[in-house]
Amino acid sequence: MLKKTSQNTTPKAILLRWVSVRLPISRFKQYFTHYYLPSNLNFWYVFGSLSLFLLALQILTGIWLTMFYTPTPEEAFNSIEMMMRERPYGWLLRYLHSTGASFFFIVIYCHIFRSLLYGSYKKPRELVWLIGVSIYVVLLTEAFLGYVLPWGQMSYWASQVASALLTSIPVIGYDLMLWVQGNLTVSGETLHRFFALHIIGIPLFLLFLVFLHLIALRKVGSNNPDGRLPQSKAKSNESCSTQLPFHPYYTVKDLFALVIFLFIFLAVVFFAPDMGGYFLDTNNFIPADPLQTPSHVVPLWYLAPFYAMLCICPNNLFGILTMFSAITILFMLPWLDKSPINSLRYRGWCTRTAFGIFIPSFLLLSYLSTTALTPLKITVMQVLAINYFLFFCLMPFYTRYEKNQ
Amino acid sequence: MEEDRRRFISILTTLMAGFGIAASAVPFLSILKPNPGKLRELASLVVDLAPLVAGESMVVAWQNKPIWIIRRTQMMLDTLTRIHPLLRDPNSLVQQQPDYVRNEYRSLNPEYFIVVGICTHLGCSPQYKPEPGELNATWPGGFFCPCHGSTFDLAGRVMKGVPAPVNLEIPPYRFINAHTISLGEDPSLF
Repeated sequence: MLKKTSQNTTPKAILLRWVSVRLPISRFKQYFTHYYLPSNLNFWYVFGSLSLFLLALQILTGIWLTMFYTPTPEEAFNSIEMMMRERPYGWLLRYLHSTGASFFFIVIYCHIFRSLLYGSYKKPRELVWLIGVSIYVVLLTEAFLGYVLPWGQMSYWASQVASALLTSIPVIGYDLMLWVQGNLTVSGETLHRFFALHIIGIPLFLLFLVFLHLIALRKVGSNNPDGRLPQSKAKSNESCSTQLPFHPYYTVKDLFALVIFLFIFLAVVFFAPDMGGYFLDTNNFIPADPLQTPSHVVPLWYLAPFYAMLCICPNNLFGILTMFSAITILFMLPWLDKSPINSLRYRGWCTRTAFGIFIPSFLLLSYLSTTALTPLKITVMQVLAINYFLFFCLMPFYTRYEKNQ
Repeated sequence: MEEDRRRFISILTTLMAGFGIAASAVPFLSILKPNPGKLRELASLVVDLAPLVAGESMVVAWQNKPIWIIRRTQMMLDTLTRIHPLLRDPNSLVQQQPDYVRNEYRSLNPEYFIVVGICTHLGCSPQYKPEPGELNATWPGGFFCPCHGSTFDLAGRVMKGVPAPVNLEIPPYRFINAHTISLGEDPSLF
């Protein structure tokens, strides 16, 4: 027998009860609002939510851009210019999307940096890391495809270079390139399929991966800057003070971070949407010309480290293998790190030095590949690329034998 | 007995379903291939070379690719024989040209040089730098690719120590008369 008197009979409570019998609301709560996080998370932990915000913004602005964009070589460039110049706020929606793409990568790079800093990829969070790196790779593809759509000079020649990469694959290379391009060169067929992938194919896959990333994190729980759960002396009643529910404790922090982020983001959108050629290349404001390559071809800044690896190898196939291993090695990170300690705060000097060399090498390598190349710069870039690989390849040794604090 | 039979049937069903799914991928993948009918339309192009003065160049689009036509001067042709030590494949041993243009000048008529203007490294279109010394002190005149710095001589032969692995591609073509060519047509078939 049910005691009706003990139950709340306000309309809201009744509705909630009705729904929760039919939908797993308590599970949602457990995974989102009542998800418990360590109490000592610092500002590095806001980039996850910020990237979710940017994902939503990209989808929203993307849908609106699709309403005005025509994916043909004749019309693509003009349709975007028309939207920006003739439609109210067209420029804003377009710049939100293009600047959003670059900021997405800034936020993602910070998010990855946080993982490296505090060992968030280590057991038991290996799968969170693997799914995360997959998201990064899918996001690079998505951004590259999007960059092709305005059909400017840089769009055209970047896709030409990217599909020509395929010809270096032995035996099937050339046919594979034709199959990807759908023509003898990058052309209308290529633009159409890139458009389809950019607006629906890859985003659906991305959403699925993001869902997995979040679910996997909920299963194992968040890491924290100390790398281990903060200890509390009392057993039962105080132990909950080291863990806080996501809502309201971290939703408030994340919203505060979002406000600061929006200040910076919108300042760029309003005053420097091309960011001096880094976010939107000057050459991409010229319609694509299949007969002439721009005199200075630079990669998108977020693809720069991988483009660099391509440039510094004298052999084509070797360059591509280097580029792919630079990404694949990220997937192996959880098993390369043999240290019993998670956070860099308590690691020995070996890891600190390696980390101190790795981060500047990566940044400098990216920067150099966006400048005009000289033989000296190529030598420097080769050294920096070797640093990148040594950080990972030597990791099993320096993390195993070093003395931690 | 019953267990074995059930296992056998499930394996068989899984295999058949797997085969069916794999087969259903065929239409999705085949439709992406280039359209042969459309490619045939692009097959040949007649170009009039009469307006070209010695030393001048022109670009035409053939099969969506830039085709350069350069009327080389005697001085340019003389350099070609002298710079063999700078080249990776001076005798055009790699099949980057039809057999009928496999000679020192990589052309049917040494004066007219016809080449696909796409870098053999990663498909950018190189720039025409005909003047000796234009790029650096030892530059013999040729082509420079802005993407990754590959260099080629005035017969499209790749220089040593650059990322491009092979010479520029020479398209099939034939002379209809002294000043007209047909791109994409093999002279031995006429």
